[in-house]
Amino acid sequence: MSDLLDILLTAGFWAATVRIVSPLIFGTLGELICERAGVLNLGIEGIMTVGAMCGWMWVYQGGDLWGGVIFAASMGALFGLLHASFTVYLGLSQHVTGIGITLFASSLSYFVYRMLLPSATTPPKIAPFQNLEIPVLSDIPLIGEALFNQSPLTYLALLCVPVVWYVLHRTPIGLAVRMAGENPVAVEAQGIDVLAVRTGAVMVGSALMAVGGAFITMSWFDAFYFGMVNGRGWICVALVIFASWKPGKALLGAFLFAGLEAMQVRAQQSAGAFIPYQFFLMLPYVMSILAMIIMARRAQYPQALLVPFRRGERV
Amino acid sequence: MSRLSFKQISKRFGSLVANDSISLSLDPGEIMALLGENGAGKTTLMNILFGHYEADEGSIEVDGKQLTPGSTEAAIQAGIGMVHQHFTLADNLTVIENIILGTESLWSWRHGLSAARRKLIDMSERYSLVIDPDAQAGALSIGERQRIEILKALYRGARILILDEPTAVLTPQETENLFVTLRSLTAKGLSVIFISHKLHEILAISDRISILRRGKIVDTIKTSEASRSELAEKMVGEVVTRPQLEAMQPGAPVLTLAGLSAYGDDKFPLLNSVDLTIHAHEIVGIAGVAGNGQTALADVLSGLNRDYSGELKLHGDTLTDAGPSDFVARGIGRIPEDRHVRGMIGDMQIWENLISEDLRSEQILKWKIVINKDAAIKRAEHLIERFDVRCEGPQAQTKLLSGGNIQKLILARALSPEPDFILANQPVRGLDEGAIAYVQEQLFDARKRGAAILLISEDLDELLSLCDRIAVMYQGNLSEAVPTPTRTVTELGLMMAGQVIHAN
Amino acid sequence: MQIELRQSTSLLRVGMAPISAIFAALVLCSVLIMWAGVPVLEAYALLFKGAFGSAFALKETFTRSIPLIFTGLAVAVAFRSKFYNIGAEGQLYAGALAAVYFGTGLVSLPAYLMLPFLLLVGALAGGLLLLVPVLLKTRLKVDEVVTTLLLNFVILLVVSYLIEGPWRDPMAMGWPQTASIIDEGVLPTLMAKGRLHAGLIVAVLASILIWAVMRFTVLGYEIKAVGFNAKAAEFSGVNVNRTVIFTALISGGLAGMAGVSEVAGLKGYLTLDLSPGFGYTGVAVAMLAQLHPLAVIPAALFLSAVYVGADSMSRAVNIPTYIADVLVGVSVLAILVSVMLTQYRIKWRK
Repeated sequence: MSDLLDILLTAGFWAATVRIVSPLIFGTLGELICERAGVLNLGIEGIMTVGAMCGWMWVYQGGDLWGGVIFAASMGALFGLLHASFTVYLGLSQHVTGIGITLFASSLSYFVYRMLLPSATTPPKIAPFQNLEIPVLSDIPLIGEALFNQSPLTYLALLCVPVVWYVLHRTPIGLAVRMAGENPVAVEAQGIDVLAVRTGAVMVGSALMAVGGAFITMSWFDAFYFGMVNGRGWICVALVIFASWKPGKALLGAFLFAGLEAMQVRAQQSAGAFIPYQFFLMLPYVMSILAMIIMARRAQYPQALLVPFRRGERV
Repeated sequence: MSRLSFKQISKRFGSLVANDSISLSLDPGEIMALLGENGAGKTTLMNILFGHYEADEGSIEVDGKQLTPGSTEAAIQAGIGMVHQHFTLADNLTVIENIILGTESLWSWRHGLSAARRKLIDMSERYSLVIDPDAQAGALSIGERQRIEILKALYRGARILILDEPTAVLTPQETENLFVTLRSLTAKGLSVIFISHKLHEILAISDRISILRRGKIVDTIKTSEASRSELAEKMVGEVVTRPQLEAMQPGAPVLTLAGLSAYGDDKFPLLNSVDLTIHAHEIVGIAGVAGNGQTALADVLSGLNRDYSGELKLHGDTLTDAGPSDFVARGIGRIPEDRHVRGMIGDMQIWENLISEDLRSEQILKWKIVINKDAAIKRAEHLIERFDVRCEGPQAQTKLLSGGNIQKLILARALSPEPDFILANQPVRGLDEGAIAYVQEQLFDARKRGAAILLISEDLDELLSLCDRIAVMYQGNLSEAVPTPTRTVTELGLMMAGQVIHAN
Repeated sequence: MQIELRQSTSLLRVGMAPISAIFAALVLCSVLIMWAGVPVLEAYALLFKGAFGSAFALKETFTRSIPLIFTGLAVAVAFRSKFYNIGAEGQLYAGALAAVYFGTGLVSLPAYLMLPFLLLVGALAGGLLLLVPVLLKTRLKVDEVVTTLLLNFVILLVVSYLIEGPWRDPMAMGWPQTASIIDEGVLPTLMAKGRLHAGLIVAVLASILIWAVMRFTVLGYEIKAVGFNAKAAEFSGVNVNRTVIFTALISGGLAGMAGVSEVAGLKGYLTLDLSPGFGYTGVAVAMLAQLHPLAVIPAALFLSAVYVGADSMSRAVNIPTYIADVLVGVSVLAILVSVMLTQYRIKWRK
């Protein structure tokens, strides 16, 4: 028990938590936007891989960091457009399309990486985002360092939460997105193009996912590895359910997960002798499943999630 | 100048001609009724007007200006507002959210919520359409939800209001209120298109009537010069006589419900101690506004919902913990509410659908696990002939059939084993006149043979003409079933709205 | 753009769907080949040769198709009832775990009993693993896609733990792998040279059996009914939850058998690289087969040829082997569209 307390009281734990949480926030918000518009995006795992590869590659080829983020986001949006053309315009199975996008997007990332770096044996590193220290606030003990001496991308992730909430709940476009996920016919009847709204939401959501992937290579590992997204996308899908499709709760859920994972890494060091490390690594996945079990009954799904809308179709 | 005119509008779906060169016009302040049976092309025409479909030929003019085809936005801009038959509301959002969607620029940074709320309250006072702007749409009654739809159109400045079968889901009193609203709207200069197949309502509300049959305008007449029988004949094209209920002595009790309560998810009560006995040779009707427990009752009687308490007896034997298959095996025939959702599996072939209720019976099963396809096909051939199903044969895809033919398949499956008790839930909804007469005839034949029938419907006229006794369902409570002639329409309407009226 | 239901679908159109999808995938991927600076036709010729050009290549292609037939069947059966099992990868490892647990000496039977026994316990292990997501779905309505995906990661970590810990073969010079299956449990090779083993026969028999079940039996009827329209099936008296659970057991079982066949037919022992994603490729196999159990065999052969051929192609010319995975991903997307076009037509106006 005191071990646990020790961990909670180290600044390193909090810093690690905030680092781990960043891609989860991007991914969860991205998925949340898609699902709010009525589209399940299981391409997330592949789109995060695309983001990780593109952001890194941009910088490796001599581009600047923010350019890399924008490039990753645009590529994510492009795959979002592909997903939307299939699920929104053609009304194909969202499940199968998502899996197909993940297979395609991740293998294409690996292919491109290998094409551009045919002979690299150890993955080369780039100069990542430098931590941006916010004066005064970063001097707060324990959490000051964690929250206010972080990568700019982390600040961006944290900023995205209120922004996404505001846009969804306080603006006309957000209302259209939510309505598209609840009753697309209502959107159509008010003279708004449902298909465009859904497509836009999927593209924006996918762009966020890709930035989440880019964080992993541009602000964490500094290099691109195969299989480095490692199920984070799927965890984000679970987190959206856990969060009942609410941005604020998504932030909370992401922090819970990240904290657990950060603790798990530290617990491995102290308890690793008794418990094999694999069981610590399992925790995020098992927790995701548990989170879904807890929330499944209570969750208020967007009514039109998974339901395609076909204009003027006669049944 | 007329406010709205259709000029030779045509629309085809595959080989079906839904609208055939339709020309119509609407004057300011006028209520025009569009009369036609199901499938005549009314809804298609309105969907073309509202930009959901684009016409193959022809054009539409509003105030003399041509309307951009295929654009809902253009239709709204031109002052057209539509109240769809199935409400287009998001149940989880508030009234005000439902109303302001699409009224603001999508790219504005914030809602003008307070201004919108003021405008809405002001409007609802002016037209006496009372509504709480911050209520969840899904929590409101059907009448209130229709009010939101009308306010939605008015909020956007509609000068032409289209109502597609607006009274199908209302009580008679709510219908009367709607008519008052419509008259006050036209007094303020609005034009209304009122779509319906109910003759007496059309005669009561409209100034002019256009009759649509098989995609063509048959006639347009002034309401003051129209007669009911003439309208009926023009609507259907030929004189279809619906079968008449013969007086018959009821037999022994077949189905008995005593203190039946049913529950939904989380033990939410759906039915509240329902008592009802239905005898052989008897049709009992249940009236009520949708969502008052009719579905829950139907689910219990179909064997779908086993979470109930109280007694459910067939011929005096309790039906305990039995599923749909047992119900069918014991002699219960079931006609479900929605033929596409629950009735038939569209992606399966006709013969497959016709065996779905007795898969494990001796006729269908061989060697314990294998389906005897030859026997199934033979059965299908027989039933297709007996129930006059128009199709290419037993191996045709079910989803390619028309609604009327799908309903005939459901009748064939449910009625051919000659069940003792028949649950008929909205059996004629959405059918054309010929199919309606056919279904009703089949129910009368079953009654004659000795079946007990429970008929659930939202259409009072249908219940009044088909049932020996009638009861009203309101919020999970069922009134006493009394002989049909002892109730007036007004009484039934009040009961549908929750007023308790005892049989005299 | 408007989408219209076709009044009838010809068998020819259904048959052409996967072929046109594959063609589209090949055309799309030729962009990548051109980027690599290799003439497209030459590259595809090399791929074809690598997969079918010699007796050895053919045998490799067939060998690699075995797990894909199993996982493709697993996915096809599950998807028929609209149960989206994306966890064939994990179930494959569960089957492999059962095979090495029972097959490395714990149970010793004559070969004609040992092989069926191992397949059975492998199938049970795969089915049991899938029981968790299916019960969560039927009881609590937890989405099965995410749970099956997440369980893939969990089960791989379990395997990792076992082969580094309690199940590690002390004779393996420190390599993380289990002991080998006893001789009676090894699936015999079919031809003198090469690695092609009797797993192929089992896989083909499984396809035929599943086809017969789907086509002729009540269970097959119920699986299809639930997949097409669960509400109507329930109304007719089909026990929907029971049917989905049954389907899941069959699906997980088939994926588990893939694991047994890889361990007992090919590797002999269990390592962490037993499957290079056969479970995920199974989704592509099933989709290309349009969920038809017999069509799974040619679909698996095709994708296996892509992998085997791409390996050999990338050795000959400078194209990363990931081209095979890209082809698989693109085919999944392409088949979705081409199957849709068998049922609908698209009109480019309203």
